[in-house]
Amino acid sequence: MEVKEQILVILNELIPGSVIETSDFRDDFTIKIRRENIVEVCELCKSHESLQFKLLEDLTAVDWGRTKNRFSVVYQLFSLISNFRVRLMADVDDKDNSIETVTKVWRSANWAEREVYDMFGITFLNHPDLRRMYMPEEFEYYPLRKEYPLMGIPGALTLPKK
Amino acid sequence: MGLEAKLLKDGFLTTTIDAITGWARNSSVWPMPMGISCCAIEMMASGDPKYDIARFGSEVMRFTPRQCDLMIVAGTVTYKMAHIVKKIYDQMPDPKWVIAMGACTSTGGMYRTYSVVQGIDQFLPVDVYAAGCPPRPENLLNALMEIQTIIRESKARDFQDLPKIKA
Repeated sequence: MEVKEQILVILNELIPGSVIETSDFRDDFTIKIRRENIVEVCELCKSHESLQFKLLEDLTAVDWGRTKNRFSVVYQLFSLISNFRVRLMADVDDKDNSIETVTKVWRSANWAEREVYDMFGITFLNHPDLRRMYMPEEFEYYPLRKEYPLMGIPGALTLPKK
Repeated sequence: MGLEAKLLKDGFLTTTIDAITGWARNSSVWPMPMGISCCAIEMMASGDPKYDIARFGSEVMRFTPRQCDLMIVAGTVTYKMAHIVKKIYDQMPDPKWVIAMGACTSTGGMYRTYSVVQGIDQFLPVDVYAAGCPPRPENLLNALMEIQTIIRESKARDFQDLPKIKA
């Protein structure tokens, strides 16, 4: 059985209802996951004997600029035993923009989630240290959101006096 | 025969204070290597034997601002970094000069975005801009020679109205 089918079989069997849809574009295999299930799905992908997605290659987010399910949090996983990559996506709404942290599954998610919080303002629940990553702590905006202007908001970042 | 022979013979020469201090200063400009990104690689290259910044007496890259005369800002300065650059600049003793090396430092360069300062002259008094992305070592050396000209032509009275350090 191919890894793609294997993942879906395992997920549907052990966590029924967690998979919303899948897409497979030029071997970029993407699974859309319900937001509530994200930690158990990640845990299963990592620890299941025939999957073993032990490497979280990247954790990022997309702002689609739409009214419902505005953001997607993206998890890029890699399995060292099958040399296979899979992308998990979980939609997050603008009003309740929070999702459970996966730092308990992969510790490397810590800084990646901080970066997503810094750039998109998505809150990761139960994150051990949710602070801004790049921008100054007193900065009030989330620069990678669609409504943020390219050149920033005047006065948002200060310069030293001449 | 050179200058040494003349001095040996008569034991003195006449000049002005401005000329002698300008001559002394311009041939021993100690740079503060403020290497922030890729321009720093070219700045390092200008210190190597091929380009040899030591020909101009500037091979002494000091990693403490307190021993420097010239700050070479080499790289993209973000708003967050600007405060650090300024803090280091403030620690350098007067008189001091600044080279803005490369496109990012001079104008923001290709980073026309919210996080990058669009030219460090918004918070630092820049004396010479070196164009290029990154500038070649020859270009940095040319900027250094420009700085040397500025130093040579400066007068002692130019430095009298410098801000006093608050106790």
